[in-house]
Amino acid sequence: MGKRFGDVVALQDVSFDVRGGELFGLVGPDGAGKTTLFRILTTLLVPDGGAATVLGLDVVRDFWAIRRRIGYMPGTFSLYPDLTVAENLEFFASVFGTTVERGYDLIAPIYRQIEPFRDRRADALSGGMKQKLALSCALVHRPDLLFLDEPTTGVDAVSRREFWDQLGILRASGLPILVSTPYMDEALRCDRVALIQQGRILEIDPPREIGKRYSRPLLAVPAEGATRYHLLQTLRGFSHAYSVYPFGEELHYTDRRAGTAPDAIATELAGYLRAHGLRDVEARPIAAGIEDAFMALMSQGANELADAAA
Amino acid sequence: MKAIAAQTLTKRFGAFTAVDAITFDVAAGEVFGFLGANGAGKTTAIKMLVGLLAPTSGEARVAGFDVHSQRDDIRRSIGYMSQRFALYADLTVRENIQLYGAIYGLSDEAIAAGTTAMLERLNLPGHADDFVASLPLGWKQKVAFSVAMLHEPKIVFLDEPTGGVDPITRRQFWELIYEAAARGTTVFVTTHYMDEAEYCDRISIMVNGRITALGTPGDLKREFDAATVDELFVRLARPAGATEAGSAA
Repeated sequence: MGKRFGDVVALQDVSFDVRGGELFGLVGPDGAGKTTLFRILTTLLVPDGGAATVLGLDVVRDFWAIRRRIGYMPGTFSLYPDLTVAENLEFFASVFGTTVERGYDLIAPIYRQIEPFRDRRADALSGGMKQKLALSCALVHRPDLLFLDEPTTGVDAVSRREFWDQLGILRASGLPILVSTPYMDEALRCDRVALIQQGRILEIDPPREIGKRYSRPLLAVPAEGATRYHLLQTLRGFSHAYSVYPFGEELHYTDRRAGTAPDAIATELAGYLRAHGLRDVEARPIAAGIEDAFMALMSQGANELADAAA
Repeated sequence: MKAIAAQTLTKRFGAFTAVDAITFDVAAGEVFGFLGANGAGKTTAIKMLVGLLAPTSGEARVAGFDVHSQRDDIRRSIGYMSQRFALYADLTVRENIQLYGAIYGLSDEAIAAGTTAMLERLNLPGHADDFVASLPLGWKQKVAFSVAMLHEPKIVFLDEPTGGVDPITRRQFWELIYEAAARGTTVFVTTHYMDEAEYCDRISIMVNGRITALGTPGDLKREFDAATVDELFVRLARPAGATEAGSAA
């Protein structure tokens, strides 16, 4: 599929499939094309090129049938602010020709947490409660497929975990879920993820497979406290450095020399750092995680685009 | 002099205590991470510190000025950017710089010099006349940070500056923070990315209006026997039995 808005290419040659019962993650930063892709698959936008089917139905021709069978939680809060919690839920049930009672057992694990506030107006809810109500409204008609566009953006680390726990429960019930997120760590909760950047899918794999194609030696260097920035700059000055990025309490150092033994590089780095006054810094070979892989694919993509333009 | 010194700073809205007697200092040139779950009271606390909201009780001095009586002086001494509001999307990069420079009372010469220097530092020289709306989010956030630093404030407040930003740009943004701190600017930052909390000199964790942990990331991890700040945060930020609903105003 492809989609342009004027001169802006929002999606380019996007191909993927989501299997029955799968929790599929679309992982990428703001502006990568995630929302455009969701809008096409939920029949709110028509693609310029390519084709897509959802539940076996064509997104252009069969849009009306698709809409009845999917649940969609958009990235921006889109419930009625001046209706109460209970009224919003009843409204969404009635639009789909059903009742809250008939969907209750499916939404119960989520809805019970906000049910004590059923008479509160939606605009008076906290962020986390709004999110739970929006998910309940997207589920109340028992959809065959659930679309969640950035459900955890702007949500704190604890609430994010709770939300993913709830998705795990839904997934266990057999409901296929397509979810997008800018948070790389959330990819680990998915069965498979597609990494997306600038309208293109960089890779599709189970999350634990994604780092395996990382082709260069990668080492973690402890960097706690005040010397972090100095250490970062010093490592970047090493003649074989490919990239050096902060990663929490460590720096991740990637070496240019694919095929060189990481242990040998660790010894070399220790010597180099010692010569620059940084003693007792031990680099440790590690396997690439999803964020390492994403950044490598991003810069590789940028280099290819630059080559193509040159 | 401390960049920020707060003593039992409190804000009540009716019967609800949003910020409950918080006491903490931030040293000049420090990168201070102000963490907490949604609804913990961070935004209310920041609004008091930047002079947008009068405290109910308690004291705080920001850049040496009193939050009760010298709010205009505070606003002139600080920079501020957030994910929600940073730049005017329908002005160009250059126009945004001119607007903020003028608001902060910089001369035309200073604004012109600042514009050139900023565009070079950000590696954006060809984009001065682009509308901000057309820039990728990561560029926007880097420009917004530089604009917030244009008048060389003593303290810059960054409220979730990297939300939704790609992983490379997020790290480039933190290098701008380090450079600012190395030049002596105090950085007061909130984030939902717990790896970024590790990049701060010290962090505080706010729970239900109170600061329940304060220290360097290393010291706090040792004190609470947590491997990462993420683990620490998950353990402290939501007390057992409490739900977000319980703290919702």
